[in-house]
Amino acid sequence: MSRKATGGSPTEPAKPRPVSSHKHRGPALDFIGLDVLWLQITGTVCNIACRHCFITCGPKNFNHPFMDRDQVLTTLEAAKDSGVKEYYFTGGEPFMHPDLLFFIERTLEQGPLSILTNALLIDTITAGRLFELSQASEYSLDIRVSLDGTTAEENDPIRGKGTFQEILVGAANLLRAGLNPVFTVTTVHAQYEGGDGRTLFMEELRQRGFPRPRVKFIPPFHLGREAQRSGEYEESFRLSPGDLFPGEEEVLQCGSCRTVTANGVYPCPILIEEDGARMAGSLEASFGSIELNHPACATCHVEGFSCRT
Amino acid sequence: MGMKSREESRLDPMMTRPNDRVLDLRGGSSASRIALFGGIYNNYLALNAVLDDAVRAGAETVFFLGDAGGFGPHPDRSIEILRDRDIVSMQGNYDDSVGNGLDDCQCGYVDPRDNHYAQISYDYTFANTSQHHRDWLRELPTSIRLNLGSHRLLLAHGSPRRVNEFLWETTTSEPFIERLLDEQRADLVCVTHTGIPWQRRLATDPNRGVLNVGAIGRPANDGSLSVWYALVSIDESGDLRSELRSVAYDTERLAAEMRNEGLPDEFVETIETGWWTTCLEILPAKERAAGRF
Ligand code: SF4
Ligand code: SF4
Repeated sequence: MSRKATGGSPTEPAKPRPVSSHKHRGPALDFIGLDVLWLQITGTVCNIACRHCFITCGPKNFNHPFMDRDQVLTTLEAAKDSGVKEYYFTGGEPFMHPDLLFFIERTLEQGPLSILTNALLIDTITAGRLFELSQASEYSLDIRVSLDGTTAEENDPIRGKGTFQEILVGAANLLRAGLNPVFTVTTVHAQYEGGDGRTLFMEELRQRGFPRPRVKFIPPFHLGREAQRSGEYEESFRLSPGDLFPGEEEVLQCGSCRTVTANGVYPCPILIEEDGARMAGSLEASFGSIELNHPACATCHVEGFSCRT
Repeated sequence: MGMKSREESRLDPMMTRPNDRVLDLRGGSSASRIALFGGIYNNYLALNAVLDDAVRAGAETVFFLGDAGGFGPHPDRSIEILRDRDIVSMQGNYDDSVGNGLDDCQCGYVDPRDNHYAQISYDYTFANTSQHHRDWLRELPTSIRLNLGSHRLLLAHGSPRRVNEFLWETTTSEPFIERLLDEQRADLVCVTHTGIPWQRRLATDPNRGVLNVGAIGRPANDGSLSVWYALVSIDESGDLRSELRSVAYDTERLAAEMRNEGLPDEFVETIETGWWTTCLEILPAKERAAGRF
């Protein structure tokens, strides 16, 4: 295998690239190499339009369109050359892509894959096929299903009428096929924050037929539609030079990840609709340190947060 | 010691952390068969069984990849065995914490339940480790380099990059392994932190790869009560061989001693059944599916 580009090369550009076009100066974050690659398979196109979506994803948002076969395969090849450790598919809703199963198969040939989905399109046939693809690979296939609460009353006002029941059907299809999904919960409901909230959530999932529940909690980012729901970041939120602790590039995902969409390469999946966040047209050209001058970076810094599983 | 900038560090991967202590044995060892184990977790009964097995298997030198404490009873007993039997030892995150009197084990869990149980074992281990053993743990090297024949071995706890990085079998891609080996200028990287053994060699060069030796402190979440360690050797053609070996020990006695020490029933259950009951949320999909819980 050729090694066209590895992270951490001493030849990287010295000047950190800002993650937004805002003139504020943020702290610089080193790049330790491309461990994690996100592919925004369906861009900003989603079959629903959640009120807390930190992008403005929805059925009519084509800001980032679907990635085509060529783009995905070229990206996977570049990722292999860069020694990527783990892959993530997201959107929008990845299961809207007609080639998704093909992309999954190809990715699992070279590394582990997690897919972020609302599970609405996962019927028994799709779930069975996913299990087969998982079994055929030496790497893990993890399906992360978004759910916002343990009742329709909690979830549906955020994700849309009837979605709670449909999400659980999709998740149950996965479980029955042999794939235990990870439920991804945005902590918009205060009772699920902290250790006790988490225990409560898992107990309720057990009662709903998921005997070994797996859950990941995600803080809300005040971007996209969530900014309209709960308010935008205040200017004072932006980080300044000196705010990061030594070694934080190993904690923040953007110290070792990039996100590829049909439009180019971005530092992370959170900022793809933000002004000035596009870094380059190719993966290799996006390597190097970045300057965290977007207010959302403060959420990652304060929460020690990563979108990874 | 002053903090090195990342740019300086990149030029020398052995110095990726300001307080790295590399034990460099590249000039001094002529061994052709070595044993490697990690994660004792206070299980001194398994430690004795593994060391006896390694001697029987012809290991010339035995290496401990860190984490003496956690989970089991009587922390001092394992450390005394390590010191008495001259095991070449290095520091894991647990040893760093106990040696330096930190508040927690730095295991890197993200789930509150996992952290709850991790804190119980850490508080017990810290309280029951003698000061002179804490001093010993504090000074252990953080990585070891040695040559076996012409092959460059790098021993680390989690990974050469980070003491508590999890290198699982099903989430560590082969291209990543190749990058890691190139960056670290090594042919075989040996680690333990995840506690579940596996190995993968590069398709392009079967003498290069990663060997996770598992842990000897508790079973590998496979329903068997045995624990795992590794033998690495050079064969007649000079190729690098590695073998994962499972070893049985007196689990009934360990379980009884854990109960006497008031350690959680969940820990004892793991020793008695071979299934993990805690630390489950960090497991990738396949490793989680392979277990009972
Ligand atoms: S949160 Fe997820 S499911 Fe909801 S609109 Fe955004 S991308 Fe779609
Ligand atoms: S939003 Fe978070 S992940 Fe994205 S660049 Fe800022 S700190 Fe990094």
